[in-house]
Amino acid sequence: MASHAIEVKNLYKIFGPRGGDYVDAVKRGLGKAELNEKHGHVLGLQDINISMPAGGVMVVMGLSGSGKSTLIRHINRLIDPTAGEVLYDGVDVCKMSDNDLREFRRHKTAMVFQKFALLPHRTVLDNTVYGLEIQGVGKAESEKRARGWIDRVGLQGFENHYPNQLSGGMQQRVGLARALTNDADILLMDEAYSALDPLIRVDMQTVLLDLQKELKKTVVFITHDLDEALRLGDKIAILRDGRVVQQGTGQQIVLSPADDYITAFVKEVNRGRVINVETIMRPLSGNPEGMPLAMGMVLESAARAMTGAHVNAAHVVDENGRPIGALDLPTIISAMVTPTSHEDKRAA
Amino acid sequence: MASICSVLPALLCKFPAIDDGTIRLARKTIDDGFKGFVRSYGDAIDTVVQPLQWFLNYLEGAFVASPWILVLIVMVGVVYYGSRNVNITIGTALSMIAIGLVGLWNDTMITLAMVTVCTLISILIGIPIGILMARSDRVQSVVNPVLDVMQTMPSFVYLIPVVMIFGIGKVPGLIAVVIYAVPPMIRLTNLGIRLVDQEVLEAADAFGSSAWQKLKNVQMPLALPTIMAGINQTIMMSLAMVVVASMIGVGGLGKNVLQAIANQFFTVGFLNGFALVGIAIIFDRTSQAFGRRLQKHSEVIHG
Repeated sequence: MASHAIEVKNLYKIFGPRGGDYVDAVKRGLGKAELNEKHGHVLGLQDINISMPAGGVMVVMGLSGSGKSTLIRHINRLIDPTAGEVLYDGVDVCKMSDNDLREFRRHKTAMVFQKFALLPHRTVLDNTVYGLEIQGVGKAESEKRARGWIDRVGLQGFENHYPNQLSGGMQQRVGLARALTNDADILLMDEAYSALDPLIRVDMQTVLLDLQKELKKTVVFITHDLDEALRLGDKIAILRDGRVVQQGTGQQIVLSPADDYITAFVKEVNRGRVINVETIMRPLSGNPEGMPLAMGMVLESAARAMTGAHVNAAHVVDENGRPIGALDLPTIISAMVTPTSHEDKRAA
Repeated sequence: MASICSVLPALLCKFPAIDDGTIRLARKTIDDGFKGFVRSYGDAIDTVVQPLQWFLNYLEGAFVASPWILVLIVMVGVVYYGSRNVNITIGTALSMIAIGLVGLWNDTMITLAMVTVCTLISILIGIPIGILMARSDRVQSVVNPVLDVMQTMPSFVYLIPVVMIFGIGKVPGLIAVVIYAVPPMIRLTNLGIRLVDQEVLEAADAFGSSAWQKLKNVQMPLALPTIMAGINQTIMMSLAMVVVASMIGVGGLGKNVLQAIANQFFTVGFLNGFALVGIAIIFDRTSQAFGRRLQKHSEVIHG
C-alpha cells in the first residue's frame, strides 16, 4: 500500500459566521489583530502551502495559538477551510461529499489526540478495535489485528483494563494502537505526546520512529517542542499566527533560521544532534585522512566516534564508500557550540 | 390610595380588563371548539390509546392475580439482580412483607403496575425526544418552554382536558402521570448527551463514525449516568402523581389516600402514604445502585 503525499494549497481559515467575506481582504493584507478588532472574526490560517512527503514524517511546529491544531484538522476535515485545497492522491478533501469524507476518514486516515480521547467505558481492546468496528470489520478479525498492535505498542496484558486504570503514557499507547489498527495511509498526530512526561515522551518518540521505519506511513505530527520536531521530522514547517514562517529539513531550519522568531527558537537546540557531517565538511584536498564517517551522521556521533578512536581528522564517505569531503575535530566542536549565524550561512 | 386615584386618569388606576362579555365569548368559543373536537375525534383517540389500556390491564392482572409469594420472589430477584446489594434486597423484602401485613398488598400491586407502565412509557417517549433536543438547538428552544409549562402547570389543570378527552379511568390517569413524569427524562437525556466530552466526539468523527454510530457508541453510553438519573426522577414523579391521578379513577394506594383525605382517616392515610414511601425507596435505591454498577469503569482510578 503506497502512501501518497498530501498537498496543502493556498489554505485559509477564518473563524466566524461570515469568514468567507474576509478572505480577499486578508489576501490584500488585512492583519490578524485588525480582523479581530474591526470585524470580530479570528484569522486561523493564512496562505498555507505545504507539501507533506509521502511515507515521511511531516512535523508542524508552533506555539499555542499558531494554528497548528487547526491545520491538522483540515487534513481529515474535522474543520472546513474558508478557502484553499487539501489534496491527497489528487482528490481535494475539502470538496468531498459527506459519504466520501466518511469513507476517507475510515480507510485513509487515523488520528491520535493530545488528550487521548479514549472511550472511557470501553476496555483497551474495545478502544483499539474502534476504527475497524466503524468500518464494519468482523469482531474476530478486528480483535486479532488489534491484539497485534496492542503488543507492538507494549501493552500486552492490559487488554481488559479501562483507560482510567492506566497512566497517561499507557493511555497514549492505546491511542496509538487504536490509530495503527485502522491501517490507514495517513497518521495524524495532534500534539500526541505533549501531555506526557519528558522521559515517556522520548520513549514514545522512539516507538513511533521504530514503527515508521517499517510502516512508511505519511505522518503529520503536531508539536510545540522543537527538539521533538527535529527528532521526528523528515520535514518541518513552523507556524506563527496562522502563517508558515519557514519550512524545510531540521538542518535547514537550525542552520539558516528565516527570522528572529525562529532564531530564538533554535538557540536552545542541541545542534550536535541535528547537523550532519556533510553539512560542515570542506572539499577534499589530496588524499582522505583519518577515519571514514558515513554521510548523514550527526555531529555528536561523529565527535564520539573520533574521540573514541583518538583521531583528529576524518573524511566523509557516501553510500558507496567514496570519500566526498574532509573535516577535523575542532570544526565539529565549533559547529556544535557556536550558532552559525544567519549571515555566515549566507556567505558560506 | 383613593387620593392618588383622584388625580390619576381612571385608565391608570383600575386595570383596563377586557370586558366580561368578550372574555365570556372567547371562553365559550374555545370550550365549544374543544368539546366539538372531542366529540368528533374521541372515538379515534380512544382506539389509538386502546393498546395502553390492554397493556395496563394485563400487567395489573398479572401483579394482582399472581400468588403474593411469587410476586415477592420475582421482586426480590429483580432488586438483587439490579443492585447486587444485599442490604437493599433485604430492605425490599421487609417493606413488602410489612405492606402485606397491613392489608395493602393488592392496592400496592395496582400502584406498582401503574408506575411500571408509566415509567416505561416515559422512557420510550423521553429518550427519543431528548436525543432530538440534543442534536438541534432549535428543537431545544421549542421543547424547553413546553417542558417548563408541563412541570409548573398545576397537575389538576391538565386533568381537565385529559378527562374531557378520555373520560374517567386508568388510561387518562396514565396519560396525566406521563405528562407529569416525562420532563425530567427528556431534560436529563438532552443534558447527558450535550455534556459528552467534545474530544471523544471529535475522535469518533475522525474515525469516520456515522451519526448513528456516534450515538450508539459514544453519546448514549457516556450519557448513561445522567439518563439513569432521569429514569430515577421519572419513577419518583410517577409515584407522586399516581396519588393525584386517583382523582380521575386510578385505583391502588392513591385511591385510599384520597378517601382518607375526604374522611379524615388519619391512620389509613399514613399507612398508605408509608406504603408509597416504601415502594419509592425500593425503586430509588435499586435504580441508583444499578446506575452505579453500569459505571464500574469509572471507579478504579490509576493512582
